Amino acid sequence: MTRSVIKLPACPEDHRIARLAAFAIGLSLAEAALPSPLPGVKPGLANIITLLVLQRFGWRTAVWVSLLRVVAGSLLLGTFLTPGFVLGFSGALFSLIVLGVARKLPSGTFGPVSHSILAAFAHIAAQLGVVYFWLIPHAGVLYLAPVFAAAALLFGIVNGLVAARLLDEPNRVPQPQQT
Amino acid sequence: MNLGFKAGDWLTVLAGMLLAGYLFMTLWGGSKGASLIIRSGGKIVAEADLTRNRNFEISGPLGTTLVTVENHRVRVARDPSPRQHCVKQGWLSRAGEAALCLPNQVSVELTGVARAYDSLSY
Repeated sequence: MTRSVIKLPACPEDHRIARLAAFAIGLSLAEAALPSPLPGVKPGLANIITLLVLQRFGWRTAVWVSLLRVVAGSLLLGTFLTPGFVLGFSGALFSLIVLGVARKLPSGTFGPVSHSILAAFAHIAAQLGVVYFWLIPHAGVLYLAPVFAAAALLFGIVNGLVAARLLDEPNRVPQPQQT
Repeated sequence: MNLGFKAGDWLTVLAGMLLAGYLFMTLWGGSKGASLIIRSGGKIVAEADLTRNRNFEISGPLGTTLVTVENHRVRVARDPSPRQHCVKQGWLSRAGEAALCLPNQVSVELTGVARAYDSLSY
């Protein structure tokens, strides 16, 4: 019997994505331990990583990191393919689409805080949409929309400010040329 | 110290606040009730819109329940039930609100323009 060896050559780009996704997964796991007053209201700390990656490495890398974080994070938490996972995934996907558009805004005027707020609103919009059209087609779901919107605004600002501060300190964030 | 806000970020914050405020006002303001349905023993005994002030006297097993419509609101004004829950509920004005006078088997329900589901389960 011959042993077949499958080699997957990983380029530096892959290593970088893996390392950044690991940061994001760590934050997701830490956040999962926090109690939440309402399902769906949570800080979304991992999005700080997404914002940093978007600024430093561009949108494609941000997509990889964000979706890897959702999938791998759900595997670690045991929520893979549960409704919660679908919600997180759809939220992340729509956030990424909005971020892809938002980064076209003039960067002198709109910084990470804007990106973060827009992404947070996109996140809850997608989640509410999935809940309403798939899980609970009841107008009562929309009743919670104002709470989610307020939370999105608050955490969007906080995450955006953290990302802006981290981007201001170049040594704190992995640089493209380091890998 | 620069906090990290750029000029456009304030604009985004403002837009977010407006959106959240708008959602609070439209979704938590509630829709006004348009018409009422009175049931006795589960059967509809009266349906009316809220535009006209009037009284309904509904007879149930314990006696007569008096339902009053006034200024686009409705309340159970008098009821023979011992605990008087439906009377204490006071005025109802929003779609979906209801008052039940249980021993007397009379219920008052407000409906909006579009009837929403009570509940759905899978």
